[in-house]
Amino acid sequence: MRRIISILLENEAGALSRVAGLFSARGYNIESLTVAPTEDPSLSRMTLVTRGSNEILEQITKQLNKLIEVVKLIDLTEGPHIERELLLIKVHAVGDSRNEIKRLADIFRGRIVDVTASTYVIELTGTGEKLDAFIEALSGIRIIETVRSGVSGVSRGEKSLRL
Amino acid sequence: MELTGAEIVVECLKEEGVEYLFGYPGGAVLHIYDALYKQDHIKHILVRHEQAATHAADGYARSTEKPGVVLVTSGPGATNAITGIATAYMDSIPMVIITGQVPTHAIGSDAFQEVDAVGITRPCVKHNFLVKDVKDLASTIKKAFFIATSGRPGPVVVDVPKDVTAAKTVFEYPKQISLRSYSPVERGHIGQIRRAVKLMLSAKRPMLYTGGGVILGNSAPELTELTRKLGYPITNTLMGLGGYPATDKQFLGMLGMHGTYEANMAMHHCDVLIAIGARFDDRVTGNVKKFCPGAQIVHVDIDPASISKSVRVDVPIVGSVKSVLQDMIRLLDETGEKPDATALAEWWKQIEEWRATDCLKYDRASEIIKPQMVVEKFYELSEGQAFLTSDVGQHQMWAAQFYKFDKPRRWINSGGLGTMGFGLPAAMGVQFAHPDALVGCVTGEGSIQMCIQELSTCLQYRLPIKIINLNNRYLGMVRQWQEFFYQSRYSMSYMEALPDFVKLAEAYGHVGMRIEKPSDVEPAIKEALRLKDRLVFMDFITDQKENVYPMIPAGAGLNEMILV
Repeated sequence: MRRIISILLENEAGALSRVAGLFSARGYNIESLTVAPTEDPSLSRMTLVTRGSNEILEQITKQLNKLIEVVKLIDLTEGPHIERELLLIKVHAVGDSRNEIKRLADIFRGRIVDVTASTYVIELTGTGEKLDAFIEALSGIRIIETVRSGVSGVSRGEKSLRL
Repeated sequence: MELTGAEIVVECLKEEGVEYLFGYPGGAVLHIYDALYKQDHIKHILVRHEQAATHAADGYARSTEKPGVVLVTSGPGATNAITGIATAYMDSIPMVIITGQVPTHAIGSDAFQEVDAVGITRPCVKHNFLVKDVKDLASTIKKAFFIATSGRPGPVVVDVPKDVTAAKTVFEYPKQISLRSYSPVERGHIGQIRRAVKLMLSAKRPMLYTGGGVILGNSAPELTELTRKLGYPITNTLMGLGGYPATDKQFLGMLGMHGTYEANMAMHHCDVLIAIGARFDDRVTGNVKKFCPGAQIVHVDIDPASISKSVRVDVPIVGSVKSVLQDMIRLLDETGEKPDATALAEWWKQIEEWRATDCLKYDRASEIIKPQMVVEKFYELSEGQAFLTSDVGQHQMWAAQFYKFDKPRRWINSGGLGTMGFGLPAAMGVQFAHPDALVGCVTGEGSIQMCIQELSTCLQYRLPIKIINLNNRYLGMVRQWQEFFYQSRYSMSYMEALPDFVKLAEAYGHVGMRIEKPSDVEPAIKEALRLKDRLVFMDFITDQKENVYPMIPAGAGLNEMILV
């Protein structure tokens, strides 16, 4: 089962490698991982997407909690939540395809943020599935670079992850 | 007054009440060694290899209630210490290891004797720190001791660059430390404990299974009280031996791969299993799919991650073993209910039948020395009062099976990591902690050679350890597996070109003995025990074909033991 785990951790050198090291040492999957400081500069917030059975997920959260630098964590997928990922994609855009790409970007509510005579850079946010669908829709267009941020997420409503 | 970082390190250790520091000097820690030279509170023990420093500190910690402390230099000093750090980590032993580091400006430049100590130790420590500013030094060392000794204990590494030990700041040792991200649970959930007690009282075929957590949590008295109150059978893991008196009738011996038949059968057939401070290790459970098929399981552990890791449990209790046992005893007294006496009598009858198998029997009339007999004799002649360390392999299992530990912290061995070379340096740490006690080291000719250089340390500090070398000229446990599972293809398990251990011991300034006949075993041990202030190396030439029985083969259940 796919899970999104949000973690508040001490904003210290080495904290990220401790989390990454835990996953590799114990053979857990990491599908994506994002991390950046929060409004409190002593804390970082990490969003980690992983897959595994319920037993493995239970171990993952327990092992994460054991890390001294992990202050708090929640499994976002346990409740209603918002999940977003940013895609920046540079495509070859010449002739008729320039219009077609523009239309596709509009349909997916993406924005063209850089234009040259032969390329577009498109910015798109959404769930991972939406980004996959957009990339799929670009079939026939030459993709030069794909950059995805990995998933960020937050729970809906009153529920929150804070100290 | 301002102190240098090196002086601060020493002051912090004094504040923590550190008596012995096990270490080895080198370039990056010269300032600290200079500060040590100028004081006489902390005794520095100079080992011959950094691995031994960590094992000695580990033995010191296991045999006391105090953390072991180590000081090594950067680079190879730190890497040599790794095996000992990992050994302590696997068995949850509280240790603080101070590693020197190249100066901060040189970090990352592949400087002489540079290694990323924080990176390389990360997977085998409870936590580690790199101190980049002398102002953080005292509080970091305070945190290190706090983390190492609280909750589920473990080793903590503090990496200190050389320039930090030279820099000065005002020394102030924090009285208390709190970490927002670390607050180990002490008391167990009382509702859960109540459920557990109810379940325990309803049992028809109960079984107590306890581990190293009882020893580390100093709760042998509470465990003994609870077990006697209930009248239930009890088994200890390899790490838990001494948690309950081994000579008591309710004790079924060790369980697991080389545990007793009665302990393993009682585990397999019990209806309520009470696991306390034990972690369902694979050497204990055998095949987890076949583990305790009819049992409801109570599990008490201080580490939530240990609960339901390999075996799902019915009543999990997170808390310190001591406080949970105290709560259980109190609740038992309050309810006034008693276990089902008829069912219990029936259960004991069954257990006694299993016990009658006498699964630890061996040929006592043998013409060749049987290793079991050596351990048994040492047990008798030391009146069960020795501290006993071991290395890893067959001799370790025989020591665990045949030396009956009635007290906690007497049995010192590397259970989790299984580190050959542990026994002798660990015995040094034990002897420092208990200068007047009898300290034995049961080892084999393979293991002892992995840290044999420490015989020199033993001479320097006059450590009168009694080494019991069960010499069968084979890496015995490897040989046993090759005999059972590889059609006797003894690949690389025969030890050729062994040294003359008697001469070797003498070369190091100790007493050496070679014992080749069963009738000489007792006189030799008696003689060794008489030499109270000398290290005696007893080289027992034992039966090469002897195997450790009983045994659960890999993939089998606890009820599928191979008996003699």
